[in-house]
This record gives sequence, C-alpha cells and structure tokens, in this order.
Amino acid sequence: MAILLSARDVTKRFGGLTAVNKLNVNIEENSIHSIIGPNGAGKTTFFNCVTGFYRHDEGTVLFKGEPLDGMQPDRITREGIARTYQNIRLFQNMTVIENVMVGFQSHLTSGWIGAVFHTRKQREEEKLAVEEARKMLGFVGLAGRGDWMSKNLPYGDQRRLEIGRALATSPDLLLLDEPAAGMNPAETADLMEFIKRLRAELGITILLIEHHMQVVMGISDLVTVMDFGEKIAEGTPREVQNDPHVIEAYLGRGATENGPA
Amino acid sequence: MLKNLRRRVSGTTIAMWVIGAILLIVVIVGTVRTLLIGKYTGADWTDLIVYGISQGSIYALIALGYTMVYGILRMINFAHGDIFMAGAFIGYFVASYFDQTGFLEQNLVLSLIFVTLVAAFTAAAMAVVLERIAYRPLRRAPRLVPLITAIGASFFIEYAFLGLFGSGIKGYPEPEALKGRVSIFGVEILKTQLIVIVAAVVMLIALWYFVQRTKMGKAIQAVSEDKDAAALMGINVDRSIMITFLVGGALAGAAGVLYALLFRQVYFFMGFFPGLKAFTAAVLGGIGNIAGAMVGGLFLGIAESLFPNLVLDGLGIPAPYQLKDALAFFLLVLVLIFRPTGILGERLATKKA
Amino acid sequence: MKSASKFSWMTPVTTGLIGGVVALFLSLVGIVEASLGRYVITGILSMGQVFLLAVYAIFAVQAAQKATPEHGEKAPVYRTLACAAIAGLMISIVLALLVVVGEQIDLRGVFIHATPVLYDLLTFGLGVPQGIFVLLGFGLLMGILFGVLVLLPKALRKSIGVGLIAVPVLSVTYSALFAGRGLQLPVAIAVFVISAVAIFLWDRFEKPIRTRSQALPSGQQRTMRLGVWVLAGLFVLALPLLGSYPSEVLVITGIFVLMGLGLNIVVGYAGLLDLGYVAFFAIGAYVMAIFTSPEITWFPIHTSFWVALPFAVLTAMLAGAILGIPVLNMRGDYLAIVTLGFGEIIRLVALSDWLKPLIGGSNGITQIPKPTTFGLAFDNPQKLYYIVVIGCVIAAFIATRLKYSRLGRNWMAIREDEDVAQAMGIDLVRNKLLAFATGAALSGLAGAIFASKLTSIYPHSFNLLVSINVLAVIIVGGLGSIPGVIIGAVALVGLPELLREFAEYRLLVYGAVLVFMMLRRPEGLLPEARRKLELHEMSPDVAE
Repeated sequence: MAILLSARDVTKRFGGLTAVNKLNVNIEENSIHSIIGPNGAGKTTFFNCVTGFYRHDEGTVLFKGEPLDGMQPDRITREGIARTYQNIRLFQNMTVIENVMVGFQSHLTSGWIGAVFHTRKQREEEKLAVEEARKMLGFVGLAGRGDWMSKNLPYGDQRRLEIGRALATSPDLLLLDEPAAGMNPAETADLMEFIKRLRAELGITILLIEHHMQVVMGISDLVTVMDFGEKIAEGTPREVQNDPHVIEAYLGRGATENGPA
Repeated sequence: MLKNLRRRVSGTTIAMWVIGAILLIVVIVGTVRTLLIGKYTGADWTDLIVYGISQGSIYALIALGYTMVYGILRMINFAHGDIFMAGAFIGYFVASYFDQTGFLEQNLVLSLIFVTLVAAFTAAAMAVVLERIAYRPLRRAPRLVPLITAIGASFFIEYAFLGLFGSGIKGYPEPEALKGRVSIFGVEILKTQLIVIVAAVVMLIALWYFVQRTKMGKAIQAVSEDKDAAALMGINVDRSIMITFLVGGALAGAAGVLYALLFRQVYFFMGFFPGLKAFTAAVLGGIGNIAGAMVGGLFLGIAESLFPNLVLDGLGIPAPYQLKDALAFFLLVLVLIFRPTGILGERLATKKA
Repeated sequence: MKSASKFSWMTPVTTGLIGGVVALFLSLVGIVEASLGRYVITGILSMGQVFLLAVYAIFAVQAAQKATPEHGEKAPVYRTLACAAIAGLMISIVLALLVVVGEQIDLRGVFIHATPVLYDLLTFGLGVPQGIFVLLGFGLLMGILFGVLVLLPKALRKSIGVGLIAVPVLSVTYSALFAGRGLQLPVAIAVFVISAVAIFLWDRFEKPIRTRSQALPSGQQRTMRLGVWVLAGLFVLALPLLGSYPSEVLVITGIFVLMGLGLNIVVGYAGLLDLGYVAFFAIGAYVMAIFTSPEITWFPIHTSFWVALPFAVLTAMLAGAILGIPVLNMRGDYLAIVTLGFGEIIRLVALSDWLKPLIGGSNGITQIPKPTTFGLAFDNPQKLYYIVVIGCVIAAFIATRLKYSRLGRNWMAIREDEDVAQAMGIDLVRNKLLAFATGAALSGLAGAIFASKLTSIYPHSFNLLVSINVLAVIIVGGLGSIPGVIIGAVALVGLPELLREFAEYRLLVYGAVLVFMMLRRPEGLLPEARRKLELHEMSPDVAE
C-alpha cells in the first residue's frame, strides 16, 4: 500500500528538552495507526509538528510525497490533514452546526463582496454548506442538535462534534488525540465502531493517540510506541504487546508479565 | 533570530524588514545631520541625558508594577498609571499641609520621607482594593475581559479624582532647599533630579532584595511560574497576587511623589501618559522580567529626552519636542512588532511556543 | 458555600456600609450637587436626590434579600424588615458623619464638592442637630419601605419597581428634550400608576398573546413582523420632528452607532481589541476636510461632500489594512496596546507643527462645507440626521450580511479559538485584515460625516476617549450584537448629550459601566443571537 504520511528524523526541542527525537514513522494509506506511550513521551508534540502548529527543528514530514515543513497550519489543513484535540476545543459560543460549517469553510470561495451582496454564487454555497453540515451531523450522530450552543452539549457529543468538524474539512488523514479519554466502556465501544466506519465509509486514514489499550489493540493495524521522544517499538498490536522494551517503558525494569493494558 | 527568519519568510515579513531598514536609515541620517550641524553643545546633551535618567527611573518604578502583575496574572493592569496618579495626589495633599504648617521647610528630609510613605501606602491600598473588586473575580475569564475591566477601572479612577478633587492643575509646594543645582563629578544636576534618582535606586534595590531573598518574594516568583503547581506546594496564591499588587502599587505611589517633585504639578489625567510609557518600558525590557523593567525604564527615559533633538532635529522637523510622546509610542510599536521579547525577556507576545 | 450558610446580623451592617460609601462617593464626586437643578418632580424632587434614593433602594433591597441566607430557610418577616432598616440606617449614618465632620472642618480644600449646599440637602435644610436626626430617621424609614417592597408578591413588586424607575426616566427625557423643569406632581403620579399597571397587565397577558401569534400561519407572522419593521422605520424617520437640539443629539448618537457597528465587527465578531479605532475616524474626517475645505491650498482637488466621501472611506480602509499587517500577528492584549499607540501617534503627529502646513496642526481645518444634493443643502441637524441614518442602515446591513456568512463564521471562530480556527484551514492574517479594514472603513465614514457636520476639525477631537467611548457602547449593548450597538449608543452617548450637567461625569460612568458589565454581565444588555440553521433554515429566529 502507498504511504500517505512519512515523518523522517523529526526532532523538536523546547529549550534543553528534546520532546521528539529523530522520529521516523510511515503511515500507510487507509490504515488505522496508533501512537502510544507514557505521558510526556512526545506524542502530542509530534501531532503539533505534523499539523504545523509547531515547527520541528530537524527532519521532514512528507504528505502524499510532498514536504509540509514550514507550512502554516491552515495550509496543511487544506492539503488534507485534520485533527482533534486532547482537551476538546470547540468554538464554544457558536452553534453545533456552525462549528461544522467552519470546518467546511475551506471548500467555499465567496468572500466579502459575496457576503454583502448575496450573490447567486454565495447563496448556493451557503445552501450547500448548510446541507453538507446537516449530513455531517447525521453522520456523527448529532442530528437534531445542530442549533444547540456547542458548549451546552454533553461531553460525549462534544467529542463527536469535534470529529465531525474535523471531517468537514474533507481530510485524507485524520489525527485523533485521545478520543476515548473520559469515556465509559459503552461509549468507548461506540467510538471504536465509529472509527472503523470512518475508514470504511469515507476511506480516511487515521492516526490515533490513545491511552485506552482496548481501543488501540482493538482497531489498530499498526502501533508505534514512543518514550522520551523516541520510537521504541513498532508493529502489529500483538507484536507490540509482547515487546520487552514496551513492557519496560510502561511498567519499569523487571516487570515481565502483563503487557500494557 | 536567524531560525525565525528562515521559517516564516512571507510577504509580510519582508515588508516589515524593509520598514525596519528604512527606519534605521532615517535614524542614522537624522543623527548624523544633527551632529554635523552642531546646534547643541556638550552641556545640552548632558542635561538631556540627566533629565532622561531621572525621568527614566520614574518610568522604571512604575514599570515594575506592570511587569510584576503581568508576570503573575498575564494581564495588562491598565489602571496602574492611575495608581501612580493617586500617589501623586495624596502626596500633594500631605505636602501642602506640611507646607502650610511650615514643617516642610523646617524638616525637609523627614517630611519628604513621610509624604512618600503616605503616598506609597495609599496607592498600595488602592491597588489591592482594585485587585480584590475588579480583577480577582475574573481570574479564569478570557484574556480580554480583565483587560477591558482594567481600562474601565482606569477611567473610573481618573474621573473619580476629577470629580472629588477638581480638574485644575495643582502646583506642588517647592521648598527653598530643593531649588537650584548641585555638581556631581563635574556634572551640573538639578537637586530634585538627584533626589529622584537616588530615591529610585534605593527602592529598586529594596525590591530586588524582596523578590530574590525573602520567602514572600520567592512565593511570588513561584506563582508567576505556575499558579496551580504553586498552590499544590502550599503557597497561598491569592495572597501572593495581593502582595504583588501591594508592592507594585506602593512603588507607583512613591513614583507619583517623585514625579511631582520633578514637575511640581498634579492633575487627574497625569497618570495616563507615564502609565503607557512605563508599560512601554516594561515591554522594552521584556514583560514579566523585573530587571528588564528597570533597564527598559531607563532606556525609554533617555531615548525620549534625547531622540527628538538628536534625530528629528536633524531631519528638519520643527519643534521636535512636540513629538516626544509620539516617539515613545512609536518605540513601543516597533518593539512589539520586531522584538516582542524585549531586550531581556522571554517570548510572550505571540501566543505560540 | 455548600452547606446552608447561617444568617448573621453583620451582613446588613456591611451591606449598609457599602451603600453608605457609594452614597458618600456620589455626594463628594459632585454628581448629586450637579443634578440638583434637574427636577424629576417639579419643585419637589431633583435628580440628585433620586440618585441618593436609588442608593437607599438598591442596598436596602439587597440587605432584605440577604436576610434569607443562601440555601437557608426563608427569613421571618421581622428579620427581612430589620435587615433593610439597618442597611438604610447605615447609609444615613455614613452621610451624617460627612455632615458632622464637614461642619467642623472645611473639607473643601480637598473635596471640592463638600459644600454647604450638599450639607443642606443631606440635612433636609434643617441644620446640624435636627437635620441629622431627620436624616437617620429617613434612612430607617426608607429601609423599612423597601423591605416591605421585597416582601410583596412578585408581580406587585415588579410593577411598583418599574413604576418607580419609569418616573425619573420619563421625566428626565421629557425635560431634556423640551427644556422642561420636570413633571408636575399629579403627572408624575399618573406616570407611576400607568407604567405600573401596564407592566402588570403585560406580565399577565404576554404569554397568551405570544402563543396566539405563534399559532398564526407563517404568512401572517411575516406580515406582522414586516409591520413592526415599518413602524420602527417610520419612528426613526420621524424623530427629527422633535426639533433642532434633539436632532443634533441624534446626529451625534448616530455617528457613534456607525462607529460602534464598525468596531463591533473588529472586537465583537473577530475578537480583536482595537483601542486605536479613533485613528480611522480621524483619517476619514481629515480626508473629507482636505478634499472639501477651501483652506487647503496645496491639494489640487476641491470637491463636494459626496465625491469626497468614498475617498474618505477608502483611505480609512487602506489605513486599516496597512496598520493591520504588522499588528495582527500579535496576541490579543498586545494588539490592544499597539493599536492604542497608533491612535495616539496619529493624533500627536496631527497636532505637531511638523504637518502644520498640510493639515493645520492644532488650528485644525475649518470651512468644511455641509453636504448638498441637487441644490438641497443638508445644513441643519434635522437634515443631516437622514444622512447619518442612511449611513447606519448601510452599515447595519453590511454587518448583518457579513455576520451570517462564511467570513462571519470565520471571524467568530478566530474569536473563540485562534489556533483551532487556523487548524480548520482559516487564513488568520487575511481574515483578520478583512475585519480590521471593514471596521476602519465604517469608522472613516463616520469621521467624514462628523467633519462636515462640525464644518471644522481639530486634532483634539480625536483622542483616545473616543475609542473608549465606542468600546463602552458596544460592550454595554453586547459584543457582536447589532441592536446592542444602537441601545448602547443611545444610553451612553445620546442620554449624556441630553443631560449636559453630567458631561463631566461621562467617562466616570463609562469606566464604571465597563467594569460592571465585565464583572456581572459580559454578554451585554442585548446579547448576540445565533440563527437557527439546522431546523429553520435562514429564518431570523433566535437560537437558544
């Protein structure tokens, strides 16, 4: 299969701290790829480097074969990478459907003139945007909630909305930062089904940071394990689970049984 | 710096560097021409520099309040200049009372110290009350909310003083002993300027000691670093913030008295420009950085008194001193655009990193 | 406080003391004295006294409500009354102290408003020993009265409250507009009764009316809404009939509405706190002056208001874009200070001798002609008003259209979370620049109208206070809310223009209003509404 995203020797330092150290990761098209590792291992920093929010100090990130280095985040999003956040970051004082429409905005072209004079093109675009946003709400299971203020949504729905908003940018690669955080077992099971659906129905490649091992082991094709900014293991969930480095990173030296669960 | 350049070479960046280069050329041309014309003598320049130092040490005292509050709350306390004004007012009332009773002439040193203490105390109390009423409830609010509150508080204080004490400019009493000049290392210097500089230096050293050596000072530093972590370590965050306002307010109040000594006038709007300039000084030195505020204050004071004559005169601009304030703001804008970290500071002006 | 907090008799005492300090402040700052000549009820009650009464009312009611502690049992009647009475008494004690001290020592050397007139007012003209006792008794009485008010059933309480507020508001508005001397006592009583009854009836019948009108077919609803709009439009158009002076006030209010609508786009929509907004107002005004005033000889073009207008707007817009580029990467609070700096730089440069040959320095530019159309001169406030109204309608139209567009959503996303907005593919610099330039253009338009209204402009007119004024207008109305701008401008610009004696206290009130709104009601009086898009496509109904 073709490689969609390729990180080569990506390094990010904060002062004296090296948060990500010469990281090499290849994400295959249409796969579900997880990154796991203890807190502070550099997972989210790596996300931030890929999405352009941080500039990595060394190395390069290739997306569809083209380098993303130095691009502004908005440009990278338009290239086809979308993300969610560890601590949900919705546009709180906007309605649910407006959040999705903001995600959809890069597919629209009308500007100041169109908005003020309600040109035919602008009206058609707006209609399209509303329709697409409604469809998206249906897809993520928020139909009927569209006119709520997004801050008033229950927690689980906020997660869904955040994913829906990211999907509205029509990404080829979706970066999910701990989507199962704070979810109960039933919600987690739903989420796993949902992520599988994303790949099956929309053909999206998914890169996932997750602490919840049930999710990681249940849906990933490939798992990359990070510790102290470095990649310490990579493989299928089963391979990773039995890797001594991984067990050591999670449980400390001397632990032999019980993989990271 | 070089890394930044490589990363974001966009149209705006280039435009900004072009603007910077043009400005630099203008400054150099102006300076060279002024010096070639030779309109001013060496003594003129020394006068301007001494004036700048005394003015600058007052800015430094006010700037400390901005920088400490910014360090601890990440908030621009826009009303800080008015705390300074309040100090000057209280100082004025006490000083003119002493003047009437004759105490001021009889016992100059004691009365000056007393005036300064009363002013510092009142200003500190005002700053603490302001924090308690207007800022504390907003600690977790979005960043612009406390700023707007502070702007509101600033105008409230100014116009409350206008209403309470009248709009006229009040002349500060001027004791005989303070008139005239003294000579230090061969430099003729106004006595009031000398007092201002000495008093400012004493206060700056005292503050330095407080922040670096005392337990409370260290607690304040810890809270600036990370409020939640400091709270977990058993530091009383509310109290540390209160002390910060207290110390900042006291310094501003004392600065108010010194300012009034220098310019001998007090009025309700007097805090506005010095406040903004002190903020400029804090930014120049790197906001959140105490040593930076001192350096920035001095730099701004000297730049402001020197630049109009040094640069603008050479460019043939009439009455350049009129543009003194504009120049200070221009400096602020330039620093924030080109070097938001200030001379000594950490990078705070852009949100990221 | 999780558990039921206990009641303490210190609570009403503290509440009363705070009230006393507020009353003392109002007295010493001069507001009470300044408004003594402004009668609410002719010859009986002045606005200054109403201010003090309001302090009694607010704090007595608060004390009475606090008689029932949070989560506690409902207070017995005697306690509610006693609390209110104590608060009233405390206020009187503080004021009495002022009088007693003031009679002994002349405070005027420090507090310029601590005058015999004030003491006379506080002691009901009875002098020190007797007047003090009357003042204290009065405090008790007011406390008990407002305590009784709290105990009344809710509907009744609301009617009386509204009636009490309606009398001074209507009276002052009437007096200011028609140079009256307050309402006669019988009229005042009539106003009180009518407004109290009206609000009582409205509360009873509002719901049934609303449900009935909602049950109407949508066509009829639309007709009704259209009817309301037409009525509102006619009302706005008829306002100059009030006369020349009220029209003058309306023109000034309208100019601030125009600026408010513009700043609302920058601050309310996009969340960029621009404190140098007056700069674009100044640029619009100066461009208008340079294009039209015969005083300006160096400029080759001399033309009319209408030709100069687009140039003024475009120049301001361009200036917005140029000033915007370097500052828009900055974080919010730094942006505020830098824009403030820009605004001051422009004013100081305009004031200096340097540009005096071009724009007149501190002498400003005079002889700016009034607008004329087909020989019809807009030479009085009544006529100018219509130009301002047209400007406001256009601005409101643009602001509304932009708000409910892709651009508007992008701005709000930036306001809510800049980083996430960028991660959604929004080009921050471009979108912010558009907000900045649109706001600047509207400000320039306001400036151009302002210049030709005054026919002369001076740098002093363009100081920071104008920016603060506009900011207060949009914050009071509600950031992002278009009707809010109008309410804000009427309350903060129109009203003080009418009440000339308060000119000195305008900024005091603005400052207090900014602090109060941020602490208590950051969303403003008329909060921004969101449209329902999912279920009622593009209907102007309000979400939530």
